[in-house]
Amino acid sequence: MKKLGFYPGCSLKGSSSEYAQSVLAVAKAFDIELEEINDWNCCGATAAHNMNKELALSLSTRILALAEKQGFEEVVVPCAACYNRLTVTQHELNKDEALKQRVSDIIEMPISGNLQILNVMQLIDKYVADRLEQKVTTPFGHKVACYYGCLLVRPHNILKFDRLEDPQSMDILMKRSGAEPIEWGFKTECCGAGFSVSRTDVVAKLSGNIVKDAADRGAEAIIVACPMCQSNLDMRRPQINEYLKQKINISVIYITQAIGLAVGLSPKEVGLQKHFVPVKIG
Amino acid sequence: MSKIGVFICHCGENISATVDCEKVAAEAGKMDGVEFATDYKYMCSDPGQTLIKNAIKEKGLTGVVVGACSPRMHEPTFRKACAEAGLNPYLCEMSNLREHCSWVHEKNEQTTEKAIDLVKMLVEKVKKNKPLNAIKVPITKKALVIGGGIAGIQAALDIANAGQQVIMVEKEPSIGGHMSQLSETFPTLDCSQCILTPRMVEVAQHPNITLYTYAELEHLDGFIGNFKATIRLKAKSVDYKLCTGCGLCTTKCPSKKIPSEFNEGLGMRTAIYTPFPQAVPNKPVIDRANCTYYQKGKCKVCEKVCPTGAIQYDLPDQFITEDIGAVVIATGFNVLKTDFFPEYGYGKYADVLTGLQFERLASASGPTLGEIRRPSDGKVPKKIVFIACSGSRDPAKGIPYCSKICCMYTAKHAMLYQHKVHDGESYVFYMDIRAGGKNYEEFVRRAIEDDGVNYIRGRVARIYEKDGKYIVKGADTLLGSKPVEIEADMVVLATAGVSNPGAEELAQKMHVSYDAYKFFAEAHPKLKPVETNTAGIFLCGACQAPKDIPETVGMASGAAAKVIGLFSNNELTREPLIAVVNRSAPPVFSTCVGCFMCQTACPYNAIEREEIKGRDGSVIKTVAKVNPGLCQGCGTCVAFCRSKAIDMQGFSNEQMFAEVMALLNE
Repeated sequence: MKKLGFYPGCSLKGSSSEYAQSVLAVAKAFDIELEEINDWNCCGATAAHNMNKELALSLSTRILALAEKQGFEEVVVPCAACYNRLTVTQHELNKDEALKQRVSDIIEMPISGNLQILNVMQLIDKYVADRLEQKVTTPFGHKVACYYGCLLVRPHNILKFDRLEDPQSMDILMKRSGAEPIEWGFKTECCGAGFSVSRTDVVAKLSGNIVKDAADRGAEAIIVACPMCQSNLDMRRPQINEYLKQKINISVIYITQAIGLAVGLSPKEVGLQKHFVPVKIG
Repeated sequence: MSKIGVFICHCGENISATVDCEKVAAEAGKMDGVEFATDYKYMCSDPGQTLIKNAIKEKGLTGVVVGACSPRMHEPTFRKACAEAGLNPYLCEMSNLREHCSWVHEKNEQTTEKAIDLVKMLVEKVKKNKPLNAIKVPITKKALVIGGGIAGIQAALDIANAGQQVIMVEKEPSIGGHMSQLSETFPTLDCSQCILTPRMVEVAQHPNITLYTYAELEHLDGFIGNFKATIRLKAKSVDYKLCTGCGLCTTKCPSKKIPSEFNEGLGMRTAIYTPFPQAVPNKPVIDRANCTYYQKGKCKVCEKVCPTGAIQYDLPDQFITEDIGAVVIATGFNVLKTDFFPEYGYGKYADVLTGLQFERLASASGPTLGEIRRPSDGKVPKKIVFIACSGSRDPAKGIPYCSKICCMYTAKHAMLYQHKVHDGESYVFYMDIRAGGKNYEEFVRRAIEDDGVNYIRGRVARIYEKDGKYIVKGADTLLGSKPVEIEADMVVLATAGVSNPGAEELAQKMHVSYDAYKFFAEAHPKLKPVETNTAGIFLCGACQAPKDIPETVGMASGAAAKVIGLFSNNELTREPLIAVVNRSAPPVFSTCVGCFMCQTACPYNAIEREEIKGRDGSVIKTVAKVNPGLCQGCGTCVAFCRSKAIDMQGFSNEQMFAEVMALLNE
């Protein structure tokens, strides 16, 4: 098994450390070696590309260049926003040789632009798909709503991952872990993202609609693959409940936590105790 | 010694406003070989033409150069004038002083200088012109109509009623096309089948029409007036000579769960089937892909029950060849299916339908006998949302064009629904209402004002299912893009009209051009709307672009008129401006070396191989020969020919060089 690069990004080192913990735990359970990229920086997220295109490209390109320098051919990027930024950046550079040169000059590093950038679903699909079902010891026997958020499958023509609306990859993985994914209407709706801080009322409304639809349809957990989605649906639950005028206590867990539990890891090993809405599953 | 006449036209002010026409004429008079030069205000007018004719007769001119507008405009006019004065028309050339000079430059010295140069080039060219004679080609007076929808039916009937023979080829087991699937038709709400089926029967019974259903064009060779068509008659597995159309086999066939194409998948059919009760011919075919006998080798129920022994399982596909004089392409169009739309559920919602599916629901011969019921549970929907421009006018979806018919049929659908379900509510999301046509706008207003259809200007972003309802999320742009959410029982997408699968292949078979969306391309969008770039092949109906019934019928008659016009002559006269492979005396015979690069290069398949034989019949040499009936004079072969054996009549290498040298030898 060759080593894959691992880019945690800022959130997996901070508020979503349980995501990183569960990704690494699941990787270990399947004998996948993930090695962190040395000296990585922020991907630029939403802020950079709204301010300055070159800055946004340079931040992401530096990460890609470092990964290349470390000799990785593939990099695992669990955070949906980081995955999106890195993939879009590599696409933009490969489309425009002059731009590639310019960005390369800014970061003072060479960049070839042929990394395979994988999100968690792609990682599991590629390396453990055939072994997943045999590995399941305690099937995740609950109804779940798989929530992809806005960035995991968009822009579709660049990421070329899954279907644009009503994606399936997370549902398929959850099904294979023994869960029962439900049909619902909010798979790729916006959770409110960065408005979490500045306009909590907007997040309460947007995330509220998501949580309500999942709960109304009998889901026992919402499965996510994005730290931003997780924090909005989980940490903002008091505001959500206030907006909905009802108390919804459906838990919001990362796909790697769910798969981790299914393959026999303990709730602690996948960091389930770190959520705001208590997780009563496992 | 050449005696050239030069005639400079002022074109009113079109040329004389920026070009000093008198000076051009004076300078032309000094050119080598010019016998006579003059200018006139309107050279194409009667007096202008008379001027040319008189000069030819009086001065004994051997060539004429008219410095005027584009030869596209008036070359035939001046050539005809020359011919009337006894000069071979191909010794008359036009120098384009209008589009190439006066219209594109300001008034100054250089503009006049350029005009003089342009005239000089043509003077040098015309000295080397040779008299040419128009080509005569015989005509087979039989038309091939491909497609048996309303376009093909109309074209075939018009040609047949004019006394000419028609062969109609339809790929489905019955003629009728999409029009036979429709319920009522806008703007009069008369029943589609009622107006169509009599014509279908007329086609079947017409003595001048030979109908081949379940058949496709395999090959088309030849050229205008002289095509050879190979038609594949797909195996029906039923001997139509014995079959009486009693329908016993279709009632007894055990494979009953095949989605019916005619009902757009909303109803089921059997493996041996006629598409619909009014089918023409009303005799079944076996769909081998879904028949138990063909797939598993057991069953043969239809053979057992057939009273006339018409079932023949081992019938192969047959091929027939026909000599044809003209072709009418009327292959129609298709509509996108709901699975094209991610935002509307990828086709997974049973009650999100296409417009064509709704037609079947509303049709008295449809799966619900005309009652509007949900396919999922058979309930009558109390709230329907119609979404116009589903896919159309959306560059992001790769369909930037307007599908033209959807505004009208959406208004019709909403109207039919209100007529059938009195307490129902209908909503139409639209971008614009395009109701240009006789009584069309009034029809839409009627839907809104009399029938109470709610029109919302805005697009629908998403549809998802919740508790058996479809949540339709959109925006009302007339209320400042206020979000709108409607809980609907059924959603109808007015999906874009697209080209038929296989249109591309058919176009390539016939050497007809098609556009980026695989619709067939007309020769000129305005002035040759039913012709193609290939002589003798005509178009009509929705295979060119989505069209409504009146326009389709009108253009079908137009295409038929073109065919009848062609067949009104016994032979065809064509411009002799074509490529010719040179021939010379033995032992060379031709400088052609027989590499046949020209054959690969020719877009019209006009190049044939000719064997030059000695007296003993042995082949001395194989050389290229241009078929004068097919060659369109594009000159590609001339450019490709490595041994300079091909030349274009009227545009020979020598003539082209003369033009260039005239410019260089200032």
